[in-house]
Amino acid sequence: MLTDKEVCYLKYKLGREPSAVELEIIGAQWSEHCSYKSSKKYIRLLPTIGPRVVTGLANDVGILDVGDGYVVTVHIESHNHPSAVEPYGGAATGVGGIIRDIISMGSRPIAILDSLRFAPIVVEEKTKVKSKWLFKNVVRGIAEYGNCIGIPTVGGEVEFDPCFEDYCLVDVASIGVAQSEQVIANKVDNDDLIILAGGPTGRDGIHGASFASAILEGENRSAVQIPDPFLEKLLVDATVEATERGCIKAIKDLGGGGLSCCLSEASDNLKKGFDVELTKVYLKHNDMSPAEIMISESQERMLYITDNSKVQTIRSIFDKYDITHATIGKVIDSQNVVIRFQGKVVTALPSHLFAHAPLLDRETEKPEYLSKLKKFFDIRQDNNINEILFQLLSNPSIANKKWVYQQYDHEVGLRTILKPGCGDACVLRIGNGKFISVKLDGNSKHCYLDPYQGTLGILSEACRNVISTGAQPIGIIDHLQFGSPDDPSIFWTFVQAINAVADFCKYMDIPVVGGKVSFYNETAKGAIKPSPVIGSLGLIEKQSSIVDLSLKANDFIFIIGSTSDEMGGSEYYESYHHISGGNVPKLDLTVDKLNSKAVLQLISKNLVNCVHDCSKGGLAVAVCEMAIAGNVGLDMNLNLIPNSCSRLDNLLFSESQSRYIIGTKQPSTVQKILSEFKELRFAQIGRAGESNQRVKFMGKNKGLVVDIPIKKLSESSKALERMMDN
Amino acid sequence: MQSSMFDRRAPKIGIIVFPGSNCDRDVHYVLNNILKVQADLIWHKKNNIAHYDAIIIPGGFTYGDRLRAGLIAAHSPIIGEIKKMAKEGVPILGICNGFQILVESCLLPGALIRNTSLNFVCRWTTVQVHNNKTPFTIGFSKYQKVSIPIAHGEGRYLVDTTVLGYLKKNNQIVLRYVNDDPNGSMNLVAAVCNEEGNVMGMMPHPERASENILCPTKSNNSAILIFHSLVSYLLNEQ
Repeated sequence: MLTDKEVCYLKYKLGREPSAVELEIIGAQWSEHCSYKSSKKYIRLLPTIGPRVVTGLANDVGILDVGDGYVVTVHIESHNHPSAVEPYGGAATGVGGIIRDIISMGSRPIAILDSLRFAPIVVEEKTKVKSKWLFKNVVRGIAEYGNCIGIPTVGGEVEFDPCFEDYCLVDVASIGVAQSEQVIANKVDNDDLIILAGGPTGRDGIHGASFASAILEGENRSAVQIPDPFLEKLLVDATVEATERGCIKAIKDLGGGGLSCCLSEASDNLKKGFDVELTKVYLKHNDMSPAEIMISESQERMLYITDNSKVQTIRSIFDKYDITHATIGKVIDSQNVVIRFQGKVVTALPSHLFAHAPLLDRETEKPEYLSKLKKFFDIRQDNNINEILFQLLSNPSIANKKWVYQQYDHEVGLRTILKPGCGDACVLRIGNGKFISVKLDGNSKHCYLDPYQGTLGILSEACRNVISTGAQPIGIIDHLQFGSPDDPSIFWTFVQAINAVADFCKYMDIPVVGGKVSFYNETAKGAIKPSPVIGSLGLIEKQSSIVDLSLKANDFIFIIGSTSDEMGGSEYYESYHHISGGNVPKLDLTVDKLNSKAVLQLISKNLVNCVHDCSKGGLAVAVCEMAIAGNVGLDMNLNLIPNSCSRLDNLLFSESQSRYIIGTKQPSTVQKILSEFKELRFAQIGRAGESNQRVKFMGKNKGLVVDIPIKKLSESSKALERMMDN
Repeated sequence: MQSSMFDRRAPKIGIIVFPGSNCDRDVHYVLNNILKVQADLIWHKKNNIAHYDAIIIPGGFTYGDRLRAGLIAAHSPIIGEIKKMAKEGVPILGICNGFQILVESCLLPGALIRNTSLNFVCRWTTVQVHNNKTPFTIGFSKYQKVSIPIAHGEGRYLVDTTVLGYLKKNNQIVLRYVNDDPNGSMNLVAAVCNEEGNVMGMMPHPERASENILCPTKSNNSAILIFHSLVSYLLNEQ
């Protein structure tokens, strides 16, 4: 599936005609999915270094030093095409892939997060069977795989938008932890042995990488891999044991592009050649051709490099777990990957050439639709705020996600301190007495209207979420998902998004420690909206700094940040008024940094009982979520909220960035500390009541704009469970 | 350990590890680091386990729950050893998948089938102690309510009504869910024991509720009494 240009380049570099096998394996390796040939130039713009970063993007997985001899590893991947065709298997194998990335560093996986996007499951009170089926089975696939391997799935997010019709985005991230000295050095010597262990190699998932590098046209089921979480669990245990016993000199997982991609990248990274005999590989079908063996994407396979002194130990570990393994080759003193079949050389390629596709210079052009979007809408001022509030709380993108996270074992491992639904991010304890806080966020609606500002907003939201739990952000992961890069107007949106990641992370001084780019997210119905997903990883030094989002009885409520008429892409515009357009919330980096600093300072002085970030659904939804979580009523005076809004509905439902709501029992101290921050916009806006009371918003002339019992709000937020259970 | 004070041998607890067990290290951590008793992880291929004073079969997905949860593990050789120990009165505790293994190996009556919701369910619930005379519950007061999390897809306890009547009469229903029906279990059964009381299976996870830091607001770590009960039973028994 190489282009004519690529074939010419290959011939020129080799100085000969490539063989048929070579064309197949290079076709897999040079696919967009494996080679990043469109995006690599832009990925280089991202800041990847920092005092805590042990490895940057050069490796599969980012490693962050969290002190006391401990490191945290993190990575993100998507499995969109396979999940759209076979949601259960696609999502499950997505989890498997990310877990193998984490064990590839010598770290033990301690958490999984997932970020999911689907078309709406109910439209005008009618159930959309296909999107419901996709959603249900993606969640089941993640649950059954993660639960079985005993790694808790602790967080994520779900968004529904019509642009995902007949499609879905399934992003999975994983976090690992290790002692620094256990991180695998990835240094090998001549004559070291190459071992392939795990499942047998079969015809499943052939051309998976190429499948993911084209528009989804037909349902190519053979390109979807088959999940085996039980085998993966054994591989995790065996790899951790082999790491602890110092048997592994280098390691790499087999994912997209199979053995072909794994060998070429490993050889290139290690700066050593490999000599591999394919007849040694355990096969599912005896009649597989060398090319099929090389590009099969059968799951649950890992490549290990060890030396003669340790080979017996590592074999005995695989035997203990009944994992099939075979020594398939050795490290040689060259820069070539030599592949043999029955002793005969089928290909000998320089690994640098093999691993690096010629990069593309893609054209960019501002999409036409952007100039056609309406900026202003003459919407009737709807005075039935109660009605809007109910509708937003029951909007599946906002509603309680219990139906999802209760299917995930989120507690195995005894690390989950702040559990799903309890805080803005999940907090996990790590071995050194400290805690990490993690969250994934995305917002396709904002990104469609303004890819740059939309992406900045997601970065800010992901960071606000971990800050709200008391953590200092220490690393960002990004997953950038778009339609076909062949379309200059789509490629333009990608460039906008990656520029936003670079600008935000440079300004905030947070390194990008992992990421992925996924193109060709298109069906016959068209491309998806630009859908970057951002993961934020934060560090909490002490237990007393962990904060949840539930309002406590009699808390004084403050807001930090100002609200403006920024209604573009808001859930209020999109799902209540069914309009797409308007001004997307604009992120002011200075203000964002200042507000976050203020919140972290209050938390470090133990002055706050709860913190919640304002995002989807705006201020009104955020305070209701806090009240529901704490099961307490509240009185909020809308006249006190810092804002520049022209109307009441905008004030309540605008999704302006950089806003936090906090609850405290020490309002005067909080007031005093916040006043010391020059330029900080904040106000004391209300007070929580006792349990089981009402939520009241007071407007002009002391009129009650909202007056609803907590119970009714809470019922409304359970909409997703109701939709899925019937 | 207080045991040295009374000049008693410190009890040793064995935790059986099958391929696919995944709560083994959690139970090991709680026993060794929180209760400070000696507990060892025992790989299922080991055949000499008779010197352990108690056995715990932890949760997980042994053999990937293939065919049926707990079925393959129930037919592995080490279960033969455990059956012998059970007959001799050694306390045997099965948690979650461990409970499923105990019913599949007929060490406990009944069956555990798919939750009525057909979904895996992971959340906190409350159970009530109905029998505080077993080695695993002597530390509780009768009818004490305990916060504890569950995490299972096949936790619906089922038994024929004659046996259920017998279980009730014989006080073999040890824990029951209170004000909550997470899986459709008959009689809201969360834990049952054998006639002698030395073998117990429970669906909830006491190891996940043994430290206050892991408990949600408004609940506490009283479930650790499952392990404390076992340890004090072992100390007093000698």
